Amino acid sequence: MKPELEPTIQALTKTFNSQVNEFRGDVRVTILAESIVAAAQMLRDEFDFSLLSTMTAVDFWPEENPRFEVIYLFTSVSKILNLSVLVQVPGINPSLPTITGIFKNAVWREREVWDMFGIKFEGHPDLRRILMPADWEGHPLRKDYPLGYEEPQFTFNFEEIDLRKPYAKE
Amino acid sequence: MGVEQKLANMGAVTTTLETVVNWSRTRAMWPLLFGLACCAIEMMAAEGAHYDMSRFGMELMRPSPRQSDLMIVAGRVSRKMAPVLRRLYDQMPEPKWVIAMGDCASCGGVFNNYAVVAGVDEIVPVDIYIAGCPPRPEALIHGIMTLYDKVNHNKIKDQA
Repeated sequence: MKPELEPTIQALTKTFNSQVNEFRGDVRVTILAESIVAAAQMLRDEFDFSLLSTMTAVDFWPEENPRFEVIYLFTSVSKILNLSVLVQVPGINPSLPTITGIFKNAVWREREVWDMFGIKFEGHPDLRRILMPADWEGHPLRKDYPLGYEEPQFTFNFEEIDLRKPYAKE
Repeated sequence: MGVEQKLANMGAVTTTLETVVNWSRTRAMWPLLFGLACCAIEMMAAEGAHYDMSRFGMELMRPSPRQSDLMIVAGRVSRKMAPVLRRLYDQMPEPKWVIAMGDCASCGGVFNNYAVVAGVDEIVPVDIYIAGCPPRPEALIHGIMTLYDKVNHNKIKDQA
């Protein structure tokens, strides 16, 4: 861990009762879902993490509680520091409070997490799909999402598949 | 000396209307300026000075579907792109042809998932498939020459 990061970690642990993991110098802080807004506010205002670099999620299906882990990667441009903040989300009606009020770019990031994983962000100004078509059903990066497997044509089954392939009309 | 003075010495050539129509179609077949992925880079290389596709009368990539005769689907087509591709095809004036360039456009290639269409022939009717990942410019030029061959064998009565 970089020594410059320590006061931030200590403050987060003290205020939000968070768990700290470290792997090869990358620090991950796990906090509760209800304190993510306050934590983001604190990171931005007090510790100069001015940038939400990225935001993504992991699906641990078939585990149900917690099923998802939402990962926020905060960057301090002035101090050259990175900090991941993890929030665990249950599988039934997964939702999180939005941090769009603190980081503006979270509008698109949260839309992406919603589109791919189906995690709702309460208070988001415009929670639509961002990558998939608007009429798409399901959330493709969930582990229980069907793969959409289409049988490949080989020499032995070429004609059989060719018959039911949906060719386009003129 | 203009061509009219020469004309007298050139004699006359008899041919069929079909041959003339087909010949003229192959000699100015303008592709749509439309690339989707890495195959588009090879398409640009084929257009460039080294391979120089303009030798075959198709140097003009038209940025508007209204002016183009040939659609080269260069790259994988995502499900979100599919309606756009079909719309571009519908906007092209007849007669029109489609080349599926590369494995992804032909059959989905290495992709077999929710996001990528397994073969562009599910969206538009394809005339020529070019194998390769991506195909070299020679392969693209060969594909186009094969298409010319196909167009040259067009029968007008089939189109009526």
